[in-house]
Parts: sequence; structure tokens; C-alpha cells
Amino acid sequence: MCAEKKLDPLENSAYEAVVGLEVHVQLNTRTKMFCRCENRFGAEPNTNVCPVCLGWPGALPYANREAIEQSLRAVLACGCEVGEFSKFDRKNYYYPDLPKGYQISQYDQPLGLGGQVDFLLDGEKAGVRLTRIHLEEDAGKNTHVAGRPVSFVDLNRAGTPLLEIVTEPDISSAAEAGAFLRNLRLIMLYLGVSDCNMEEGSLRCDVNVSIRPKGAQHLETRAEIKNLNSFNFIEKALHYEVSRQIDLKERGEEVVQETRLYDPERDETRSMRGKEAEHDYRYFPEPDLTPVTFTREQLEDIRSSLPELPAARLQRYTSELGLEDYPADLLVRDHEAAIFFDACIELYPKARSAANWILNSLKEEANSRKTGISSLGLEPGRFVDLVKAVDDGVVSSQKGREVLKPMLESDKPVAEIISELGLEQISDDSELREQVEKVLSEHPGPVEDVRAGKKNSVNFLVGQVMKETRGKANPGKVAEMIGEILSA
Amino acid sequence: MTKSVFDTRDSIRAGELTATAAAEDALRQVEQVNPQLDAATEILREEALEQAAELDRRLESGEEPGPLAGVPFTVKSNICTLYGRTTAASRIIENHVSPYEATAVRRLREAGAVCVAKTNLDEFGMGSSTENSSIKITKNPWETNHVPGGSSGGAAALCSATRGMLHLGSDTGGSIRQPAAYCGVTGLKPTYGRVSRYGLLAFASSLDQIGPLQHSALECALVLEAMAGVDEMDCTSRNVEVKDYVESASRDISGMRLGIAPELFPEGVDSEVRERVEQAIEVLRGLGAEVKEVSLPNARYANPAYVLVSAAEASSNLARYDGVHFGHRTKEAEDLVALYKSSRAEGFGPEVKRRIMIGAFVLSSGYYDAFYLKALKVRKLIRQDFETALGEVDAVVCPTSPITAFPIGERMDDPMKLYAVDVLTVPANLASLPALSLPCGLSGDGLPIGMQLYGRAMEDDVVLRIANAFQSETEHHLQAPPVNAWGGGGEA
Repeated sequence: MCAEKKLDPLENSAYEAVVGLEVHVQLNTRTKMFCRCENRFGAEPNTNVCPVCLGWPGALPYANREAIEQSLRAVLACGCEVGEFSKFDRKNYYYPDLPKGYQISQYDQPLGLGGQVDFLLDGEKAGVRLTRIHLEEDAGKNTHVAGRPVSFVDLNRAGTPLLEIVTEPDISSAAEAGAFLRNLRLIMLYLGVSDCNMEEGSLRCDVNVSIRPKGAQHLETRAEIKNLNSFNFIEKALHYEVSRQIDLKERGEEVVQETRLYDPERDETRSMRGKEAEHDYRYFPEPDLTPVTFTREQLEDIRSSLPELPAARLQRYTSELGLEDYPADLLVRDHEAAIFFDACIELYPKARSAANWILNSLKEEANSRKTGISSLGLEPGRFVDLVKAVDDGVVSSQKGREVLKPMLESDKPVAEIISELGLEQISDDSELREQVEKVLSEHPGPVEDVRAGKKNSVNFLVGQVMKETRGKANPGKVAEMIGEILSA
Repeated sequence: MTKSVFDTRDSIRAGELTATAAAEDALRQVEQVNPQLDAATEILREEALEQAAELDRRLESGEEPGPLAGVPFTVKSNICTLYGRTTAASRIIENHVSPYEATAVRRLREAGAVCVAKTNLDEFGMGSSTENSSIKITKNPWETNHVPGGSSGGAAALCSATRGMLHLGSDTGGSIRQPAAYCGVTGLKPTYGRVSRYGLLAFASSLDQIGPLQHSALECALVLEAMAGVDEMDCTSRNVEVKDYVESASRDISGMRLGIAPELFPEGVDSEVRERVEQAIEVLRGLGAEVKEVSLPNARYANPAYVLVSAAEASSNLARYDGVHFGHRTKEAEDLVALYKSSRAEGFGPEVKRRIMIGAFVLSSGYYDAFYLKALKVRKLIRQDFETALGEVDAVVCPTSPITAFPIGERMDDPMKLYAVDVLTVPANLASLPALSLPCGLSGDGLPIGMQLYGRAMEDDVVLRIANAFQSETEHHLQAPPVNAWGGGGEA
């Protein structure tokens, strides 16, 4: 899972970890949460802003209906209970990335309550319960310049819609946290509500950690690690923090409730502020916004429009399409691959062939271009033509991979590419037999060995035929022919 | 010399008066009385004349420049305009120029009206005397040693002392009605949601409303008609039909039922005030209105509930003036927290600080339920009281303020004494109802007395109609203050 996996500090330990997550998912709505600015990443600092998201005196927020609908999709997909009434509240605090001096969030009546996310952990079924899901606006971004007494504030991100998903403290290891989060991310990708790009910060996570003696039921004092933005950091920070807390307890010291920051360069967490500095956010209902209400019918409409989610898709791939667990899981985890796969099997029902070609060849092409399958611009129909050509023996599976590259570079029909490259398999038996007999006569030694029962020598001879035909022979057929000739 | 806004409008339409001449006249009036009254914080001569000239060009070329073409107007300095500063009379944003304009202002401008001045107020609308302005203290044109009321004191004083203009104020707990009463003009706080708040510097978002201060209910109706209506920039603005308010305010009131609530004639009401209002009620009865008693049992809790709710919202609304994004930034600060603290300590005046502290306190954990939440419950009870009462009558009549304008400085040392003058106006804001103040006579000292009308939500036309009926029958609204722009006493 993570590149450099440390030893789990909980192995052979007398303690267990109790972990809860607060996950922030940036929604990919067209406009920001409370104004009409575009919701996009990467513009010049402070150019994608207006009086509303800059908090100019007198400006007022106006709730984005699309963001509320997207949130409801997420809420329903995670099995939360949805009240028919929800409202926004103000969370008051001062920070330079927060132009109004308060964040519009949701306090006691969030969009969703409860819910659960199920996933596989080392092949076993696992689940994490959710406490709540609420919608809020994101803050801007502060950049501190090392060695200079200045900080820069970019408010392009200010006011973008953010979904906060809070879990119960159900997680007990870094691996479980990672598995949960990967699965949650997948659900959001399937719903199409976020691109969940951790590098760009559209998926971030705060981690609450405490430890307790193994088997205990109570909760002990926790520390909160803020703003982790990679799976790797989350697992490393958890490992570090759990070790730190174990060390404290072993030395007879207490864990203090505080907010900590993970420093990836030193691979450690550091105290950011203690409990005495914890904010009283003075939440109160946002008077500038009317409550969010929806009817049962509206909710049902959203529920019935939800796409097939990862768990259901996995089930379909294995039990309906007969894929093995492993390739099925690989497809499901790559949303673009799964979409492409589904399009292929609509056209050509040999699911295993399609899955193999996607997972082996197509993904390799995508990876080498550092992109996803959808960005390759390949029509499922053309791809299926290739898979079919291999299945029908028109081209060998080895040569088939050579066809894929030019397919991605031009719109030529697959058959044309195959014939231009001269890669058609020799389908004429008499032509093939000629080649086989030629090889047999040129290699009397191995022929003798085969006759003496040495199977390896068959492979050698097949190889020689493939070489002679520049790969255009069907190796299975060649082996068969060698057997026939030599046993005659 | 034009007399009413209707005269200004009609003369321009008829081609008897140019927009430039109307603007010149308005500017002259403001410039004439302002040295004595300190009502305008900024006179926008150049910009106004430029706009007027443009309007004249359009009028000449036969274009339709809008129903209020060439009518001059003033804007309270907590409402955003594209030219002129929007300072809320606070040091913390003393040079603030808004990059956008309030919806209400835009609608007037698009109707052809020309902004000639920004007017003074208590800092961020917090006060009832305009003494809390960081810029200057506005004087009452009836007696310049006295306050004009507040917080829209600049607009009220200027309205009183001039003619033929529109004046926009804002009302959070009586800030249009109380100064209207003290300066002898007519002021309307529309139903919450009737006029967009977009571009009004928020004091208390759930109570704030923009409204007109004029010489008559009909003038108020004209302004309301021009600026009311749903606005996509303010989702608390309501999508309810905008009536022809001038027409509906012109109808008679026979058969209308008026309510008198003893709770709105409390002990503290000055006897002269009580007398004038009672006389006015008799006039209304004479016009065919039925009068009956109604009960508002929770009205006496309105003031404390108002103080808590408005302060709570203000503490959050004013957080943006932090010296980082907006507002005065201190010269010296060790770190970020010190920057926040010093900038705000240096920028805000004492009354604003007091309310921010009250607000932050009542919202803080451990006190929320006892103060803020309780205040919300009281608010709900008051709302219900009015619903019941206004189920029996079409409007409730009461004094606007228990007293008349008081001498400058008299109440500055005792905030509770100052808050007490709001007692009859705050219920309208808590209950989100339309309420109007109109002059109903003078005290023995020659100070105006205001009568107040409360109506049902979105029935702004009803209070305008009652007020217009009264003004058609009486001349209190035509009396001129000693300081006025036409140099005469008595009638304008």
C-alpha cells in the first residue's frame, strides 16, 4: 500500500489504537458554494473571486443548489439518514485565509447523519460507521515564505464547496484508515461529485488518534492531526503518532488533547496548539441563508439516480460476468477502467478477454503517458476490434500489443493497422506447415531430443518457428503441428 | 422651488426642469443646510452633475430614462454606492469605497434617480442619536442642540430640512422610524425580505432592512415601488409581487380595523407624546377606521431580546473588519493575534465594541442557551403575539418613541437609557413586520412627535395607506423646521 512501510507499532503491543477521521471532499460544482465564481483549481492567485467570496462589506451568500444536490448524492450513497430540514451555521474564528471572519458551515442539523462505508481489508469485510456528513465553504490558502516576514493569501479557493465526512472512532490501524479512505474516495469518484485529487487538495483528512489497553472499551485522550493530503502521509502520521502515544504511556506520562501537524520531511507530528487554545467557534444559525428543505420525492429522485457504486459493481463483475476477484477488484478501483470495461462488454461479451486487455495492455499505455484510460481517447469499439482479432486468432496476443500503440495515434481501423504492419497470423495451414518442416530439418538435435521425450525442446522449436515467421504464427498451433509431424 | 418628489419627477418628465437643474437644486439645498446639521458625510457634486447631464442627453434624444429620471437621492453611508465612500461612519473603514453597489441603490439609479450625497449615521447603525458616528454629530433641524435620532439621523435631518429628494436609510431596531419621528418626517421600515439587503453593510442580518425617509407616505410608496422585489443576490429577499404602492396607498381607509395595544403605550411614554398619538388615532377614527384594543403580552421583552440577537449577529458580521482583509490596520503588531486585536481596538468606536463583546459573550459555549437561544424563543413569542393581534386588526398603532428628540450628550453615558428609546420600534424588526412612523404634531418645545403603524408581513401598502389617509387630512407632515433650505419657517 504505502511505498516505505514501517513496522506497525501496534504489532505485539499491549495497546490498541482508536482512530476517527474527518475527511474533506471538494465538490466539483461549476460555481462556488455561495457565489457565481467558477469553481476551479489553478488560476492566478486572487483572480477567481468576487465581492461575495471575498467577504466584501455588504455582500451576501447565495446557496448553490448544485452543491446541495451533489452533497445529497454523497449522503445517500453512504447510507446516511437525511432530515427534511437542514440549515447552515456560522463558525466564527479569525484567520487570514478566512475573509469574513467566519466560515459558513453546518452545526447541529447537517445534511446527513449516521451511515456506513463497507470495504475489504486484507480480503476480509470491514466497515466504518459515519457520524455525519455536512456541507461547508472552503477557506483560501495561506503561503508562508521561509526566511521572509511575509505570508501570501490566495482566495481563489475561498468559498468553494466542501463536504466534511466525519467517522466514528471505528478504525484501529493505519492500514484500515487507508482502506476506508480509498473506498470513500472511490464512492465519491463513482458519484462524480469530486475529482478527489489529493495533490490539489480536493481530498484532505484530519485524523483523531488515541490509544488504550487492548480490549478496553473506554476512550482515552486523543490528539488531532490536521490536514493530511496523501494516503502515504496519513499512514505514516498514524504510525508516528501511535508510537509517540505508546512511548508517553510507557514512560508514565499522559497524552494531552491537542492539535498536531504532520511534517513529512522529518516524518513526525508536532504540537500546533493545545487544548487551552482550542477555539470556541460560537456557532449560530447563518441568518443570511434560508434553511435547506427538500421533499421525500426530491430525495427519492436523487436516490434513484445514483449510479452503481463500487461494491455493487464488484459483485456484478464477479458473480454475473465471472471475473476472478483480483482483476474484478482492479477494474473497480480504477473508475475510468471500469467505465471503459463496461462499454467494451456491451459490444463484445467475452468479459475476461476485455478485462485482461484493459488491465494489462491498456493501463500500461495509460500509465506510460501518466494519464487515465479515458484520456487516451480510444473508442471502446476499436479496442474491442483488437480484442476480437486476438480471440479469433487474426493476430497473436503478443503482436496484438504492437497494434495498440498505432491505434492510439490514429483513427485507422484495427484491421488496417494489422495488415499494414503485416502482423496477421499465418492462417494458411500449408504455409505454416512449410515453415515448421523447414525448422525441423534445420535443427536435427532438438528434434531428436523431442523424440526422446524432452518437452523443453518443443518450446525451443516453437520459438524458432516464431522467429522465422516474425511472430506471425500461432504458437499453440505450431506446437500441435510439431507434435503431429514428429509422432507420425 | 419644487415641493415634493412627485413635483420634481413630473417637472422633469414634462420638460420644465432638467435633471441638471434638479441636481443643482438638491446640491444647493444640501450644501446650504449641511454646515448647521452635519447630516451629509459626503456631497457628491461632481458625480451627480455628470450623471444628471447624461440623463439630460438621454431625455433630449427621446429615450425613456426610467420612472424616476432626474430625481435626486441620498444614501445612508452604510449602503454601497459606486461613487462616494461607504464608511458606515466607522474609523475602521473610513476610506472604504465599494467596488459594487447595493441592489436598492442600483434599482433607483436604473430608474433614473441621481445620488447627490451620502448621509451620516451611528457607527454601523448602532445607536439612536447619530452621536456614535466617528465622523461628526448630526443635529436636529428643529433644535440644533438636540439629536436627530438614529441611526439614520443624517437622512432624517436632511429630509426634514430639504425638499424634492429621496432618502435611503436602514432600520435594524428603529433606525429609520425613530429619527423620522424626531425630525418630523415619514419613515418606512419595509417587511423583512421586501427590499434586498445586498450591499447594506450588515449590522444584524435577520433584522436589517433598507427603507425610505420622506415627507409623506406617498413619497415612501414611490421609493418602495422602485426598489422592492426579489433579488437573486439576497436569498432572504422574498418573491412576492411588488404592488403599485402609490396607487394602493391612495385608497381610503373606511372600515379598516386599527389595534391599540396597552403594551405599546407603556409607562415611560411621555404624556405629550401619548396625547398627540391619541389625537391622531381620533383623526383616523374620523376617517372611518374602527379602533379596538389588542394584546401583545410579550412585547415588553422585546428590548432585551433585541439587544441580544442584534449583538450576537453583529459580533459575527463585524469580524471581517480585522485589519487583514478589510479595515484599519494597526501600525505596530508583534504577531497576527496582536494585529487583529490592535487594529480592531483602534478602529471601532466604544458602542460598537460594547455590542461585539455582548454578542461574542452570548454566543459563547456555556452561555448560548441562557442568552442567545432564550432571546430567539422570546422573538418567536413576540412574532406569535403580532400574528394573533394582526389577525384581529389590519394595523397596530402606537408612538414611535416614548420621548421626543433629546439634547446632544444627554444619554451618551448610560447605554441602557439610550437603548430604552428603541422599546417601541424593535418589535417590528423581531417580528419581521412593516412599520412606519409619521409626524402627528409638535411638543410644547416645538419638537416633532411620531406615530407608528405596524402592519402584517408583506402588507406594506396597508401602513402606507393609513398614513396617507392621515396625511390627506392633516398638515403635520408639511410643517418645516427652523433650519431649512428654503429659508422660511412654517410651511414649506
